[in-house]
Amino acid sequence: MTTLMDWQRIDGERLATVLKEQREKLGEQSGDVMLDFSGVARIDPAGLLAVEELADEAHKKSVKVVLRGVNVGIYKVLKLAGLTSRFSFVN
Amino acid sequence: MSDKPLNLSEERIAYLDGLVRHARAAAAVFHQFTQEDVDRIVKPMVLAGLEQAQYLARLAVEETKIGVMEDKAIKNMVATEFVYNYVKDKKTVGVIREYPERRLVEVAEPIGVIFSLTPITNPTSTVLFKCIMGIKTRNAVIFSPHPSASKCCFEAVRIMNEMAVQHGAPEGVFSCLQDHTLDDNRYLMRHKDIGLIDATGGPGAVKAAYSSGKPALGVGAGNTPVYIEKSADIPMAVVDIITSKTFDNGTICASEQTVVIDDEIWDKVLDQFASLGAHICNEKETEILSRTVIDPKTGFMQPMAVGQKASNIAKFVGISVNPKTKLLITPITGVGPDHPLSAEKLFPVLSVYRAKSVDEALKVCIDVNHNGGLGHTAVVFSNNEEVIRKYGEVINAGRIIVNSPGSIGALGGVYNDMVPTFSFGCGTGGGNSTMDNVNVFHYLNIKRVARRTQAHMWFRVPNQIYFNMNATENLRNFPSRSTLIITNAPLEAIGHVDAVKRCIPPETPVRVTIIPDAEPDIKIIRQGVEALNFYKADQIIALGGGSVIDAAKIMKLQYEFPEADLEELAAPFLDIRKRVVQYPTEKTNHARLIAISTTSGTGSEVTPFAVMTDKEHGFKVTLADYSLTPDVAIVDPQFVMSMPKGLTVDTGVDCLTHALEAGVSIFASPYTDSNAMMAIRLVFRYLPVAYENPRDEEARTMMHNAACIAAIAFSNASVGVNHALAHAFGARFRVPHGRANALMLTHVMAYNAAVPTKFMPSPNQRAYVAHKKYAMMADLLGLGGHTVEEKVENLITATGQLLDQLKVPRSIAELGISREDFEKAIPELAKIAFDDPSWRSNPRMPLVNEIVELFWAAYYGRGTKAVATEGAKTTKTQKMVAV
Repeated sequence: MTTLMDWQRIDGERLATVLKEQREKLGEQSGDVMLDFSGVARIDPAGLLAVEELADEAHKKSVKVVLRGVNVGIYKVLKLAGLTSRFSFVN
Repeated sequence: MSDKPLNLSEERIAYLDGLVRHARAAAAVFHQFTQEDVDRIVKPMVLAGLEQAQYLARLAVEETKIGVMEDKAIKNMVATEFVYNYVKDKKTVGVIREYPERRLVEVAEPIGVIFSLTPITNPTSTVLFKCIMGIKTRNAVIFSPHPSASKCCFEAVRIMNEMAVQHGAPEGVFSCLQDHTLDDNRYLMRHKDIGLIDATGGPGAVKAAYSSGKPALGVGAGNTPVYIEKSADIPMAVVDIITSKTFDNGTICASEQTVVIDDEIWDKVLDQFASLGAHICNEKETEILSRTVIDPKTGFMQPMAVGQKASNIAKFVGISVNPKTKLLITPITGVGPDHPLSAEKLFPVLSVYRAKSVDEALKVCIDVNHNGGLGHTAVVFSNNEEVIRKYGEVINAGRIIVNSPGSIGALGGVYNDMVPTFSFGCGTGGGNSTMDNVNVFHYLNIKRVARRTQAHMWFRVPNQIYFNMNATENLRNFPSRSTLIITNAPLEAIGHVDAVKRCIPPETPVRVTIIPDAEPDIKIIRQGVEALNFYKADQIIALGGGSVIDAAKIMKLQYEFPEADLEELAAPFLDIRKRVVQYPTEKTNHARLIAISTTSGTGSEVTPFAVMTDKEHGFKVTLADYSLTPDVAIVDPQFVMSMPKGLTVDTGVDCLTHALEAGVSIFASPYTDSNAMMAIRLVFRYLPVAYENPRDEEARTMMHNAACIAAIAFSNASVGVNHALAHAFGARFRVPHGRANALMLTHVMAYNAAVPTKFMPSPNQRAYVAHKKYAMMADLLGLGGHTVEEKVENLITATGQLLDQLKVPRSIAELGISREDFEKAIPELAKIAFDDPSWRSNPRMPLVNEIVELFWAAYYGRGTKAVATEGAKTTKTQKMVAV
């Protein structure tokens, strides 16, 4: 069971940086990584690259990454970039 | 596209994949941009293009050694300013167009990554144009310039990319290949993440694009014919052609290639060309050019001549001309491989052909058009509208330019109002997917959001309906110079004709035509029409049952429209408003049709239908059109007081079937429901009375009214599968229509009340409502029941009881038809019933096997519960639609 505390809230203004930090921390703790995207309104190329790199790293380390609160616009961007299959989504 | 293996290193593939990945990410991010976002980026790009127009033109000429710097600068400006002028207010993001009256909205969906090939002839202008289109449509573009124009194109892409990103476009939105090979192109053309190939260039590039298996816009070569017809403004034509053909040394593929000139103006035109700096080649010079500037092996132009000045070409091939010569004019006498100069020449060599007539000129232009120029561009100079129209018809070109220069005219926006472009679609003739001037809308997927519409419904009835006892007296209100009564012998014999005559004003000449008491035959119709013509009738009174009234309707149709082809008018249709065969409307005689019904069933006095047979040719036609509806209906019960019991039942049950079927029809409306429901109520109340006591005036009056209002309902809502079954069965076993209907009725009601195997498309209904409509009828009759299911069951039971009370046979078997005979007839019955148009308004689409099951249910009869679920063989009651 997940609790509110488990979710890492992502700052939309610092998306690329925050995701990079998350990527570097991958595997430090056991269990899934849960990122709350509800504060992210729009994604830029750097952010998208960071998402892709996070997915690559998570795959390497066999860590499951769950995204919550991804808005429809960003979900479509991730879909167009071929990244949705690499994450789990919860609303 | 070549199947040979790609010669690409792993590093190169990784590089190309990286380009695409970057572009795909940019396109994905771009998806979030609004119209305002993209418009904010486009404008500075355009300004940058304008600012750098001369610089890029110079680079292009230096690198390609083709064309004229000044003209290329103009092209760069057209590619930015003119294109911007076209796109600036265009919606290309989100909802781009709305059609409220059609309840349609168009929404833009970007393509993603576009792989774009650009030509050597218009390198930087094409790049500028495609960059603006890419941003305006939120697509990423990877450019592959012609190898001999890669540096200038790279620079153009760099300038556009820098400006776009600076103003908010995602990084990676534009990229440009350098030092690339054909294998790079082949690899990218097949890359899974490339959404569209936009190939502007030579036939090879276009063919490769189309062969890649990817969606492609491939636009390429042309061969523009020009016709100068004798009415043309010659000075204007010559200046326009020189302007166009020398523009950028003839590198625009829409430029003029062969000019066909009328004999009468030949000398004048050539003199004009010569006076403005063209060199008219003699026979020998023409011969030299034909074997030097055109490759004798391929028949295509020699690359060394492309985009070169006329004087340089002349010098190169050894022809002596004035150094200021603008154009080399080569007279030719035919088109095709034997006349090499009739091919495309992207340099200032222009062929001319002397035509003896308009006919010959058009044929030569067609020949040029088909000699490599299909779908591209053509030009005509003429002040004769008929010639221009004809030229437009016979020449297959996406751009037919009238009285203006071909190349600049085809670009659009300068000499005409066509869409500005640097990419000419050539249609299927040119092997292209479009014939348009390629523009932003070709860089978009356009989605249609289609909201549900409600079909316009109608409710049409005769102009006037008179009812109740002695309503015929209203005939006094209809003045006539000549009236023809159409009736049958029995009705005349019992005095009905006299009763009618007495109500017609005494000064009106009245004649009577007696027709047989049977479905009207074409011979009878013709005789009736002859009588109408002979008496010059302006009023037709049809006195009788359905057959007589139907006959009168068709007679009137033929009388008003002698040319009408009845067989053609009987052509099938699905929706009367969209029918293929339209009924004529210009009447010849303007006669009035008054229908007086003598039975209480068909309601033909108010319907737009008529049935007729042609025994000689062995066919039967059912005509349906509101123009057949009588002008006046008289529903006078005096004519039904003496109807025999059998006829009372058959016609009464026919009336009930009309009302029940109209009530559940997919075309039912509140207007038809009110009539259908009241007719049902009247039938249940008064038919048994009229049956038991035929002289009961109230019962007869009400049944007569019921027949009329049920007919009003089904005239506007139509009938259903019950009629389809009854038509087939009645015709095969010679059973009266009303009785045939009765035998099917309860089974069809149970069938329609059940969950359909297949629903009928019915935009006017928001749910399947047949069972609820039956329940409503049950309520109206006070039959009780708490649930819809119970009410439907009660209605079916009550209908069965009514039929029993009227002593209607309970089954087909009771008619004495053996099971074996019926079984043999079933396949044909099912086929005929399925072909019958009546069921097309039924709430449930009858499958053929269901029709068969309904027939069998009717064979075994009421009391053995009907079943018609798909594949079912038993006779259990069907499951009702969940309420």
